[in-house]
Amino acid sequence: MSKVLIVAEHADGKANPSTAKCVACAAGIPEAEIHVVVLSDNSDAVANEIATLSSVSKVIRVDRPENENQLAAVLAPQVAALAKGYTHVFGPSTTFGRDLMPRIAALLGVNQISDIMEVLGSHSFKRPVYAGNAIATVEAPSDLIVVATVRAASYHAVPSDAGAPVESVDTAADIPVHSRFIELQAGSSDRPDLQTAAIVVSGGRALGSAENFDLIYRLADTLGAGVGASRAAVDAGYVPNELQVGQTGKIIAPELYIAIGISGAIQHLTGIKDAGTIVAINKDGEAPIFEVADIGLVGDLFAIVPELQEAVS
Amino acid sequence: MDKILVGLKRVVDYNVRVRVRSDGSGVETDGVKMSINPFDEIALEEALRIRDRGEASEVIVVSIGSSDAQQQLRTGLAMGADRAILVESAESVDSLTVARVFLSLIERETADLVLLGKQAIDGDNSQTGQMLAALWGRPQATFASKLDIDGSTATVTREIDSGLEIVEVDLPAVVTVDLRMNEPRYVKLPDIMKAKKKPLDTLALDELNIERAAAIREVRFEPPSEREKGVIVDDVASLVTALKDKGLL
Repeated sequence: MSKVLIVAEHADGKANPSTAKCVACAAGIPEAEIHVVVLSDNSDAVANEIATLSSVSKVIRVDRPENENQLAAVLAPQVAALAKGYTHVFGPSTTFGRDLMPRIAALLGVNQISDIMEVLGSHSFKRPVYAGNAIATVEAPSDLIVVATVRAASYHAVPSDAGAPVESVDTAADIPVHSRFIELQAGSSDRPDLQTAAIVVSGGRALGSAENFDLIYRLADTLGAGVGASRAAVDAGYVPNELQVGQTGKIIAPELYIAIGISGAIQHLTGIKDAGTIVAINKDGEAPIFEVADIGLVGDLFAIVPELQEAVS
Repeated sequence: MDKILVGLKRVVDYNVRVRVRSDGSGVETDGVKMSINPFDEIALEEALRIRDRGEASEVIVVSIGSSDAQQQLRTGLAMGADRAILVESAESVDSLTVARVFLSLIERETADLVLLGKQAIDGDNSQTGQMLAALWGRPQATFASKLDIDGSTATVTREIDSGLEIVEVDLPAVVTVDLRMNEPRYVKLPDIMKAKKKPLDTLALDELNIERAAAIREVRFEPPSEREKGVIVDDVASLVTALKDKGLL
């Protein structure tokens, strides 16, 4: 039997949706018993929220003031101390999990699997490599603990229809003091979160300026959509980094993805492969984005986007 | 600060359209252009700028892999690194063992800063820097887009899902760099000539007396599933109709 410990990602008293997707992945391991650990300075609300997730049989709370800012160097020794007795330790392949999980793996003396997209068995998984241009089947050593990150876009969140017990524990782990959080600069937005929105409207370099990117925001707001961008648009300073979609940005799986003025570099396409329907609007009919688009419209975005916004409002 | 170690991994070039071999044993690398992992190139550029501001005395580039990686190390030397170390291994080396190799080199060289790319674009793992920091018992600042050295500490801006996170870490530390940290310099011909005279030491991995970690075995490769061919519509009205037909509007 497998015993899986999932490290919850959370902020502002709420679980990140990636946590429920990690649970869905872990539930694919035969006969898995799934526990979730919440490391926080005050995990009350998050722990209770996660306790309702289907397939979770226990939530473990570790409350320490040092956990307030979720620094990997602070969290890793605590998770490593808790990991004894588990066969697997999973976290999301968000920047939170990608920062933390390899540190945990090294403390446990094992290698780590990144971006599980499919579970084939307790020690056998599929994961993307080369920006998703190849899918590797990997096997972890059967006699060692498996530490892995889960590619959230490959999974649907488990429902909240259960009630697992919540247990508080202390870890005796030594917490380093060599790393200090200073601040988080985050754009405040009332728009749906890019990683969970059902519809995402993304803009590329063809928008030409930060001002013109308003076209994207307006269409998104009309559709109730999240907003994304290509690397080129972020590099050009039209939008902040947290909107970037792709190999080095966010991997997303909305039901509808509308790519506007995005040519479709391989590194961008990696981020949208799991979208339900991809719409591409671009003046270059030969752009690679049309190779993956379900519906393409060739033309001038500055004429098309306002017309589209009018048509859907 | 004395020395900065920079990791340079030899990978299939960023612009190559990677194809899976028909027997599923890996991806096609015969006759394919190989380069420095782009994130590692940015790490090296940052190290050179730190040194050239007088905040470090020496930049050492390190690669772990086949003897072919000498090419990438020579490019690193041409960019301006002071010397190079190749830890040679005929077969591929897992992330945890790579981290152990770096730790062993840190101890030999007493490095104060290790700069690595945030991930290599072949395996897309994003692990080595974090593992090294754990084994070393030192801070990690991953996905960095800005790095300021101030005596015994570094202030790092990290690109994370929720925005930009600023952290302060004590040195020595491991920093892994993201795309927007800088734009690497182009190598000029005289620099390539000069680089031929710079020291490049080769060590066999076995010489370092490192325990090899149990690897995650890659047993098979396959191409990704393809999306079905889409349609091109003529105008906005047809686009809206198509989306309504799919129940998306």
